[in-house]
Amino acid sequence: MNDTTTVDARGLSCPQPALLVRQALQKLGKGSLEVLVDSGTARENVSRLAKKAGWTVTLEEQSEGNFKITLDK
Amino acid sequence: MHFFSRFLTSRWGPIITGLIVGILAPLLVKFGNPGNMGICVVCFGRDIAGALGLHRAGAVQYIRPEIIGLVLGAFVAALLSREFKPRTGSAPLVRFLLGMLATFGALVFLGCPWRAYLRLAGGDWNAIFGILGLVAGIVLGIVFLRGGYSLGRSHPAPKALGWVMPAIMVTLLALLILAPQFGRDAEGKPIGPIFFSATGPGSQHAPLLISLAAGLLIGFLAQRSRFCTIGAVRDAILLRDSRLLSGVVALIVSAFAANLALGQFHPGFENQPIAHTDGLWNFGGMALAGLAFTLAGGCPGRQLFLAGEGDADSGLFFVGMLVGAGFAHTYGIASSAAGTGPWGPLAVIAGLLVCVLFGLTMRESEV
Repeated sequence: MNDTTTVDARGLSCPQPALLVRQALQKLGKGSLEVLVDSGTARENVSRLAKKAGWTVTLEEQSEGNFKITLDK
Repeated sequence: MHFFSRFLTSRWGPIITGLIVGILAPLLVKFGNPGNMGICVVCFGRDIAGALGLHRAGAVQYIRPEIIGLVLGAFVAALLSREFKPRTGSAPLVRFLLGMLATFGALVFLGCPWRAYLRLAGGDWNAIFGILGLVAGIVLGIVFLRGGYSLGRSHPAPKALGWVMPAIMVTLLALLILAPQFGRDAEGKPIGPIFFSATGPGSQHAPLLISLAAGLLIGFLAQRSRFCTIGAVRDAILLRDSRLLSGVVALIVSAFAANLALGQFHPGFENQPIAHTDGLWNFGGMALAGLAFTLAGGCPGRQLFLAGEGDADSGLFFVGMLVGAGFAHTYGIASSAAGTGPWGPLAVIAGLLVCVLFGLTMRESEV
């Protein structure tokens, strides 16, 4: 069973990855969120935003430059 | 390299980048660039458009090595940090038009966001109206972003696509050095294909190697630090994130100090270099520019850095800027020191309408 929500932010321009993740985190309140990004900028922006909101950030590089970010609270 | 790179992606990255831009830009003026125009991405794009004959405004024609350096510096940084990722397909046509419209707005004000901040740091108070307009345009862009505006996703592209913009920049460098001429017309004027100003701002430039080196350094730092003069304001308002804003503040503070030290700080509204005093259209022009840059995801410098990373849509945005500059100086849209051009205000209003239409209608399609 997998009840983890996923935000696919690959290929989106600034600031959409961070904006989508912020909306998803606010909706979720707590739990676990997976975010897919394909740029260093999006990875940093999403991580920074989540950390500031008190979520723990786990990075997993899936292929070169493509990351799965898992956010937990 | 690893430690240095981590440092630049930290909170300090944009601050270091801003400090260095703020020091180098006044120095480039000292070395020969036009006043308060150490670096201006739109003005320099306009000069390149003129040098290529896309407009025949004889005072603003030169292939600016800073632009070449910004792209190639970012290209090298992206290659070294494994961030070179050729990509395209995020509404390229709209991005091309946004590049054109942003240029119309910026040439009504006479400067991109970089130059707006540099003009302020040189004591040109007309820039205050421009910066207020810029913020207004960004806020309008934020309203659209909140409402779901998106140009859609880019997709990975063949490696070779990412080399196209760097190759164009190397070609421009070759054209700058070789300056090929096909001959002269009956009046003795050069007929191109490359035009260089004999007088006016286009004739004022720092030595090639200094300009190129400054561009390379800034491009390298900015690719790593994600420096963006639009994202600075956008993220502070939309995401309550001041990381990029601190870079712009650093730029203004260090450029102010450097101008003071170099005797280049001249406060006032009147007689500012390459500027006019029409507050309304300084505001309006930059409102259009701010909105268009926000809808395109970043300031013109950032578009060049992304192009260096392999983002062909950002490359096309820059081509749109060149074409926009061609139109702006052919059809009286660009301002001059005397004031706005005959069609500048109308172009700003029309450009705002088009941008609002994009803002309302562009949504990511559900697949």
